[in-house]
Amino acid sequence: MMLIAATAPKALWYLTRGAGVVTLLLLTATVVLGAVTSVRWSSPQWPRFVIEWLHRNVSLVVLMFLAIHVASAVIDGFVPLRWVDAVVPFSSAYKPLWVGLGAVALDLLVAVVVTSLVRVRIGYRTWRVVHWTAYACWPVALVHSIGSGSDTAHGWILVVDGLVVVGALAAVGWRAAGRSPAGVLGPGTGGR
Amino acid sequence: MSVAERTVEIAPAPDRLPRLLTETAAKWVSLAEHRRRAGPIPRVGRRPRIDIIDAAGRAGLRGKGGGAFPTGQKMEAVAAGPGRPVVLVNGAEGEPASGKDKLLLTRAPNLVLDGAQIAAAAIGAREVIVCVDRHANGALASVRRALSERAAAEPASVPVRLVGVPSHYVSGEETALVRWLSGGDAKPTTPPKPYERGVGGRPTLVDNVETLAHLAQIVRWGPTWFRSVGTRSEPGSTLLTVSGAVGRPGVYEVPMGASLARVLQRAGAIDGEVSAVLVGGYFGTWLSAEQSATAHLSRADLVRFGGDLGPGVVVALPRDACGVVEAARVVSWLAASTAGQCGSCMHGLASLAESAGAVARGRARRDAAMQLLRWAEQIEGRGACRLPDGAARFLRSSLATFQHEFDRHLRGAHCPEQRHVLPLPNPARDTWR
Amino acid sequence: MTLRLRVDPIVCDGHGVCAELFPERVSLDDWGYPIVDSDAIGRDLLDHARRAVAACPVLALRLERA
Repeated sequence: MMLIAATAPKALWYLTRGAGVVTLLLLTATVVLGAVTSVRWSSPQWPRFVIEWLHRNVSLVVLMFLAIHVASAVIDGFVPLRWVDAVVPFSSAYKPLWVGLGAVALDLLVAVVVTSLVRVRIGYRTWRVVHWTAYACWPVALVHSIGSGSDTAHGWILVVDGLVVVGALAAVGWRAAGRSPAGVLGPGTGGR
Repeated sequence: MSVAERTVEIAPAPDRLPRLLTETAAKWVSLAEHRRRAGPIPRVGRRPRIDIIDAAGRAGLRGKGGGAFPTGQKMEAVAAGPGRPVVLVNGAEGEPASGKDKLLLTRAPNLVLDGAQIAAAAIGAREVIVCVDRHANGALASVRRALSERAAAEPASVPVRLVGVPSHYVSGEETALVRWLSGGDAKPTTPPKPYERGVGGRPTLVDNVETLAHLAQIVRWGPTWFRSVGTRSEPGSTLLTVSGAVGRPGVYEVPMGASLARVLQRAGAIDGEVSAVLVGGYFGTWLSAEQSATAHLSRADLVRFGGDLGPGVVVALPRDACGVVEAARVVSWLAASTAGQCGSCMHGLASLAESAGAVARGRARRDAAMQLLRWAEQIEGRGACRLPDGAARFLRSSLATFQHEFDRHLRGAHCPEQRHVLPLPNPARDTWR
Repeated sequence: MTLRLRVDPIVCDGHGVCAELFPERVSLDDWGYPIVDSDAIGRDLLDHARRAVAACPVLALRLERA
């Protein structure tokens, strides 16, 4: 990346923004998949365990793109950002508020993922409390992306933003409406 | 030397029944009077645990709350646990057709409290908690009064705390009581069981009030005396709550193994007026009129009808009542009495109730009986407590005993304006906390 | 040391993921709740058992030494 920074200064900046957008999209997908898990939707092509598996693994891909997003922003000297600014909120020299919100979202996401990885050890209740902060993580990430991006007004970013908002709201709304109760399938119709 | 041999006889041992229910009128028996009749709590030897537990074992005392677990073994298990044990006296009596515990607490609270002190000595407990249905005002008042008399006259005994617990059906289950005492809802929990970890995380002996009353008498007059009535494998006397098509419903003390027909006769049942008898409460089984003619009230005999004595409940169904309607009522009531914790029980009982109700109204599907049996089998053993198991057994027994009536109902018959016999209080009348 | 599968009926919320992943030992009743076969789990099925335990959304499924 250092090489890229030296030879093509703008490339890293694009990488940061690109990775950021992908992170946001995948994070939205994760939230949607989590909601689908909660409402117990499934079909013969999409059994419950597949949806759950996707939810877990997409969240790991989110971490990967988040790492690229952070690394490229720090290594690229274009704006003054240190590694520590990515985890300690509101400590950066550049746009402390917006970058700080990104750090908040990152911290929350790391907490959610780590607790999920050790779920069996920490017990269901603790895990659940931390997992609920995902509902805070997503809007904070969105606000971070709108505030710290330098091309917020451009058309395609608006489209992306619109999509993720609609997607997340739909998922959360569906989740809030309550899951299909197990008994509604009725007696005698089988387990599914 | 055993505990019994060391006792000083104040009054002679009762040579016949009643043993527990010697007080027939509703008049207060003071502590002094009780001591005159039953003597002081026997001074136990240097090894109270061994003496008392041994006496309970040799007497063959089993729990009277429905589980019939050997009392000595239970005390042994609790005493072996880590931490200082607790005695929990279970007077919750959630079974609607049962009144023996409340009556015993009202008429003979000192006998029960003596038993609790003895159990505490046996397991090394320094705390006794008496749990009574919080709507059972008579029993509560009686225990309170006895406790204040004892506090004044016998202050050295183990401290006793009286609590009024929610009156739900499942709230009298031992884990439910423990959970409530720990600040939660009076709903059953999954293991560990109270004998390992109960109140305050300590091993807890949960015993029915009648069990402890018998224990007090065993320690006073000895295992041999206890065994002088009853059968060899099920010795002693037991309390039954008899109701339904009888002229004198109430609580009766009978020897274990007594003839059901004679008990019903004593309670004023008219020959030929009883079509079936429910034994064991709403977890129990029905006996047809023919079966009840030869049945004896012991586990050994009732097992041939797939039944059990349970908490000593006997309800005689009159000829003009309908077994199908009664069964549907009970299943609906059980469905409304779940703690709402375990999916298969909640949904299963709801399905069973709906289907049984449809059968009772003559509006059932052709395969309703098959469906009922299928669901009964599915829910068995899959809850945190025995509610689904009891409901399944009751339902199966109803289907078998009232097969003829079920067939009629499945063909579309229904019984209009049926007299409702089995007592079913409103389950919503109390909270869980 | 045998391992057996058990479900906590109070925690279980009828998600049914366990039955999808481990049909050899878990089937669903008419209301979507798991009927767990508590026979000992052999080495050939252990991975499936562990996967099912990890996949339960509420951690109601447990592998116990009995």
